[in-house]
Amino acid sequence: MTKENIIDPQNIVYKKPSLMNDSPMHYCPGCSHGMVHKLVAEIIEEMQLTDKTIGICPVGCAVFAYNYLDIDWIEAAHGRAPACATAVKRLWPDHLVFTYQGDGDFACIGTAESIHAMNRGENIAIIFINNAIYGMTGGQMAPTTLMGMKTATCPYGRQADLHGYPLKMTELAANLEGTCYITRQSVHNVAAINRAKKAIRKAFENSLSGKGTSLVEIVSTCSAGWKLTPVEANKWMEKNMFPYYPLGDIKDTTIEKQ
Amino acid sequence: MTSTENKYILLKGNEAIAMAAIRIGCDGYFGYPITPQSEVLETLCNEKPWETTGMVVLQAESELASINMVYAGGATGKRVMTSSSSPGVALMQEGITYMAGAEIPGVIVNVQRGGPGLGTIQPSQADYNQSTRGGGNGDYEVIVLAPASVQEMADFVETAFDLAFKYRTPVIILSDGIIGQMMEKVMLPPFKARKTAEEIATLYPWAATGRDMKRKNNIFTSLDLDQERHERHNIHLQQKYATIKEEEVRYEEIMTEDAEYLVVAFGSAARIAQKAIEDCRSEGIKVGLLRPITLWPFPTKRVAELAGQVKGILCAEINAGQMVQDIRLAVEGKTPVSHYGRMGGMVPTPEEIAEVIRKQLVQE
Repeated sequence: MTKENIIDPQNIVYKKPSLMNDSPMHYCPGCSHGMVHKLVAEIIEEMQLTDKTIGICPVGCAVFAYNYLDIDWIEAAHGRAPACATAVKRLWPDHLVFTYQGDGDFACIGTAESIHAMNRGENIAIIFINNAIYGMTGGQMAPTTLMGMKTATCPYGRQADLHGYPLKMTELAANLEGTCYITRQSVHNVAAINRAKKAIRKAFENSLSGKGTSLVEIVSTCSAGWKLTPVEANKWMEKNMFPYYPLGDIKDTTIEKQ
Repeated sequence: MTSTENKYILLKGNEAIAMAAIRIGCDGYFGYPITPQSEVLETLCNEKPWETTGMVVLQAESELASINMVYAGGATGKRVMTSSSSPGVALMQEGITYMAGAEIPGVIVNVQRGGPGLGTIQPSQADYNQSTRGGGNGDYEVIVLAPASVQEMADFVETAFDLAFKYRTPVIILSDGIIGQMMEKVMLPPFKARKTAEEIATLYPWAATGRDMKRKNNIFTSLDLDQERHERHNIHLQQKYATIKEEEVRYEEIMTEDAEYLVVAFGSAARIAQKAIEDCRSEGIKVGLLRPITLWPFPTKRVAELAGQVKGILCAEINAGQMVQDIRLAVEGKTPVSHYGRMGGMVPTPEEIAEVIRKQLVQE
């Protein structure tokens, strides 16, 4: 097979989604963001929704999501993405509106905006990256930091009496009447990536068809923040994060509603 | 909807804001209840414009959420507004500085009440500095319109949106509890259709409306880690503000032509001061009134000109002395400048201001 044959469309088995540009990513090796970005780009492309998609990016590591995915973006103030998405979706009801937020953004500073947007049943999709740490600011404690886990602001490990408990925002969201699809996924291996992609696609479809709020939590690695190699970080996540943040669908009302 | 074409009706200032917003083709209102402006949201909910013009109305979970809804809505090229009162507007400063930084149009109505802190629900003009000095973090300015009547509450909604979109900047309508709560006759603006998606795409090619593959993607952010590029962005903003200062100064003058003394007052204080100068005129005191309509940009040039004409200037405000600083900067010591104000929800009477004109301004 010649080089020309290889790039024949029928021979291509894998390629970068065209909505993803060539800007060098600032994400650390082993970080889950790059994979989730790719899934978002692939899904928008597959659904042929570029002209109907408005993304809301957060403050946190994904603040520069707009540098990598060539869709229209509005960068929200820290935690305010669900409020931003609320307005955009209500003003453009036939659009796909999604937020892409980290744990500090979605589950800490923006808790009020997150809870109320979901409780109103805004027809938006929320992608929630939970890596149990503040990556962008250098590894401080997050609302989702596990008990005993060490960060720059709980250097002796998270303790209940000092820091309270890791917040399960996704379980909380499942209790809200306005949410239609609540799931927790990860992207640490190929099978998980495929499941995460299906989940994000479903969340996007729900936004378009107006079924209510969808939340896709992606339990993620932060190898730099966790001070582990990418491979170690994946293993650490499986061992420590998954027991506390179990993967799978938590709520899906869209089947009954069909 | 009430039939109100081309005739005067009686409305509260807050109601006039809401009714005007529906009529001028506003796309969305996002707000949170706070006294003394809750009638804006109440009137909109009562009028149900989503069934007529298609305007979105939403009671948000906080002022913080409201302003961020305005931020994002404006980024999509829609005419979006919020309203609140002083403590609520303090919370909104985050969104306002982001709007300034990302160059997003939008309108914020502040029906001011006394402060500091939770203060009081009675009227005040103590947010002058907050409105005209940026209010949030960073080097930025906000166009500030100060209505002095219920009619201007109605008229300034469209003016504010026009300015906001012309310059891609947030615009504040700085009202107060007097103008918001008082009833006056008002003629509402005629109905205008909201802009269609096609019109938005043509008029506002910068808007984030979903990327049409014929254009590059539109991104709204106020972040830039490249400091040289970010300084260039700041210079661009400052150039825009310089243009606004040159082009958009608005004020009203009453009996200034032969004035030997000048009162400068804005909003409701100007209404009170007008009665005071009329009383003083009837006594033979040649006093005039300058009413800045744009508080930023401030009518600096006109104040400076009048400073060369009059023997003294009194700034009458419902605060401890905020606009008086802009007057002093304009006057540059050419003539004495004094201040009279009440605070904490107290409002000066025309007689109080007339007494200050007689005993302080004229005798200086």
